[in-house]
Amino acid sequence: MATTGNILFSGVGGQGILLASEVTVYALLAAGYDAKKSEVHGMAQRGGSVTAQLRYGEKVYSPLIEPGKADILISFEMMEAARYLPYLHKESKVIVNTQQIKPPAVAMGKIPYPADVLDAITSLGIQVVTVDAFDIARDAGEVKAANVVMVGAMSAFLPMEASVYEEIINTRIPERFREVNLKAFAAGRKITA
Amino acid sequence: MAVIIIKQTVAGEKVTESNSLWMSGNEAIAMAAYEAGVKVASGYPGTPSTEIMENLSKYEGVYTEWAPNEKVGLEVAIGASFAGVRAFATMKHVGVNVAADPLFTASYTGVRGGLVVITADDPEMHSSQNEQDNRNYAYAAKLPMLEPSDPAEAKELLKDAFDLSEKFDTPVLFRITTRVAHVKGVLSKGDMRQSAATCGIEKAPAKIVMLPGNARNRRKVVEERMAQLREVAESDAFNKVEPGDTKRGFITGGVAYLYVKEAFPEAAVLKLGMSWPLPEKKIKEFAASVDELYVVEELDPFLEHHIKAMGVDCHGKDLIPSQGELNTSIVRTAIDPDSAPELFAPAELPMRPPNMCAGCPHRGVFFNLSRMKDIFVSGDIGCYTLGFLPPLSAMDSCVCMGASVPIAHGMAKALGEEGKGKLVSVIGDSTFIHTGINGLINSVYNDSKTVLIILDNRITAMTGQQNNPASGCNIKGEAANSINLEELCRAVGVKHVEVVNPHDIDECRTALKKALELDEMAVVIARAPCVLLPEIKNAPHNPYSTNTDNCAGCMACVKLGCPAISWTNITPEEAVAKGYKEKQKGFAVINEVQCNGCGQCAALCKFEAINRKGE
Repeated sequence: MATTGNILFSGVGGQGILLASEVTVYALLAAGYDAKKSEVHGMAQRGGSVTAQLRYGEKVYSPLIEPGKADILISFEMMEAARYLPYLHKESKVIVNTQQIKPPAVAMGKIPYPADVLDAITSLGIQVVTVDAFDIARDAGEVKAANVVMVGAMSAFLPMEASVYEEIINTRIPERFREVNLKAFAAGRKITA
Repeated sequence: MAVIIIKQTVAGEKVTESNSLWMSGNEAIAMAAYEAGVKVASGYPGTPSTEIMENLSKYEGVYTEWAPNEKVGLEVAIGASFAGVRAFATMKHVGVNVAADPLFTASYTGVRGGLVVITADDPEMHSSQNEQDNRNYAYAAKLPMLEPSDPAEAKELLKDAFDLSEKFDTPVLFRITTRVAHVKGVLSKGDMRQSAATCGIEKAPAKIVMLPGNARNRRKVVEERMAQLREVAESDAFNKVEPGDTKRGFITGGVAYLYVKEAFPEAAVLKLGMSWPLPEKKIKEFAASVDELYVVEELDPFLEHHIKAMGVDCHGKDLIPSQGELNTSIVRTAIDPDSAPELFAPAELPMRPPNMCAGCPHRGVFFNLSRMKDIFVSGDIGCYTLGFLPPLSAMDSCVCMGASVPIAHGMAKALGEEGKGKLVSVIGDSTFIHTGINGLINSVYNDSKTVLIILDNRITAMTGQQNNPASGCNIKGEAANSINLEELCRAVGVKHVEVVNPHDIDECRTALKKALELDEMAVVIARAPCVLLPEIKNAPHNPYSTNTDNCAGCMACVKLGCPAISWTNITPEEAVAKGYKEKQKGFAVINEVQCNGCGQCAALCKFEAINRKGE
């Protein structure tokens, strides 16, 4: 159990980041890791940029990821992936939902949504996996499961087998949503596994 | 650790096979209050403290309530303590300013049932107007303060706080910060404890009637108590030396302890779980045992000043920042500047600040205020403070809870004729009840000629939809007595009170203009429910959609700043190709998934480009 890891979740308030980070945590705990997760509530949640910071290992002290130490960045919105460049290192894995949500200045036509925004990451030699999570979730039967598609895509970079996540979905998610979330997870995992 | 199976329980906690729980600091504190045998708890919502009372309300056998403000909440808890039960008050850091009056004198009266007061501080101001360090309150009010580093420690330490309170006849301050409150970690269920006090009426005038003669006697008791608590601080109960490399020794507490452990895992550490009073002997011994002493603490040099006053030399704020949050990297780099990592430069991206929700009723009011160029809008604390942001930019000051009304009044008195018809204060329903009422009474009494707008969305929205005295429901969601805001305003002497629908832009404008023209204190209540209330959020929506063929590119709807409306720029060629006039610069589109059908934009559109779906 020498492995320690830092996972940075990013996106826009209301995208289901907290649920995605919880499913990931439960999988890590089931595998025997210690973990801590930091969230910010309150004013930041009103449609602003949001993050959740998840750290796991044999024993975790600090709840915050150090700049330059995020092993995985999982971004639920495209531009939000590029916002956290100072947290990445050369070996980081970046998983990005291709969904674009316009920030206020873009929505008002003052500036364009940044073109080729992921180039800022790939140009540094960092691996980026793009996921059309919205479409994949719709095909699985529920667009709201896009966050679980993302967890599936990320899961291939973590040490746990798919069955660990399936167990979490089967025990934690209300019965009527289980089937669609299992499908969403599997479809996401297929992208990277 | 065994395989963990998660099940939901009634109290919302996650029980696992191995008895391990995964909980936030606030959930852990709620559970600890239950396990400590708390019988009465009162608080006012405030980030990052809110979820403590929310979660505690789900436990059986604990009376919980939302108070109108933190002063009332603490006074309720003091009363329960006087009646001989364990009592609990929760608030954010600035809430302690409001509750400071009873806090300082409760230090003299002491307790019967254990009394613990949570102060949830917000370094970095994630959701606050200042970043005051409330350890200073422990010193100033002569009260012991305990401070955990993470959820697991918070859970055990809070129970000890209640025992300490009863043993030493004192309220105990319990300080957490955002990175304890909103951090989740692994912990376990614990033992149940009980108050040593017996519930009942007990008269003890010399102890709890704080007239000068009694208070002078109690003042001496406070000093004796603090002397006894200094002895407790010297024991290993709360403050422990963690042996290690003595080249560098660290004195630290709260979340800063965790950053020290990660940055300097080999070093000797004196961890202070009790931030006040401090263990002088222990600190001196530890200082003597290490080559160089570093005091690592977030915000003020609280420990450092007191340690230096003991005649102990140390590093502290000469290296460690006194503003904002710390983290492992900041602590390591402050002490070893050469360890600074090379980081990728941040990308230049558009900002994504928070915004009022699609369909937020506040938007209609701020849109109207943004059209009134000569007015000054004195704002207050809540979601509606976001009315400050462009494109509405309709808030000109915001200081603290309830300040909007007196600030407008003070400006009016200073400006005289020049301020006539220009001074507007804006406050939410919960904030008005918190401390806005006092300001309104002053304005009526002292003949203010300003306009107060109460944004009544039935709920304390910013902190996550908590009920308040105007909601008609208590903390558990059960039916409760409800304050009628218009009757209350009339009762304190306001003659002009008008209730409007903020989604109706014209009605709202007419009411505001009328109120500004009056030569007396006027109140406009803008009443429509918060769109995040479950009954609104989960109701079938009847969204609007855009007929872009009709859009004339006037941008009237875009100026609302609604997140459901977005604008697309077009070239003159594209304009012609779409059948627009060549000079049309673009068109607006409504995102029907986000739109909740409030209709504010449709009312502003003069070109029939915005219609309900199917109309």
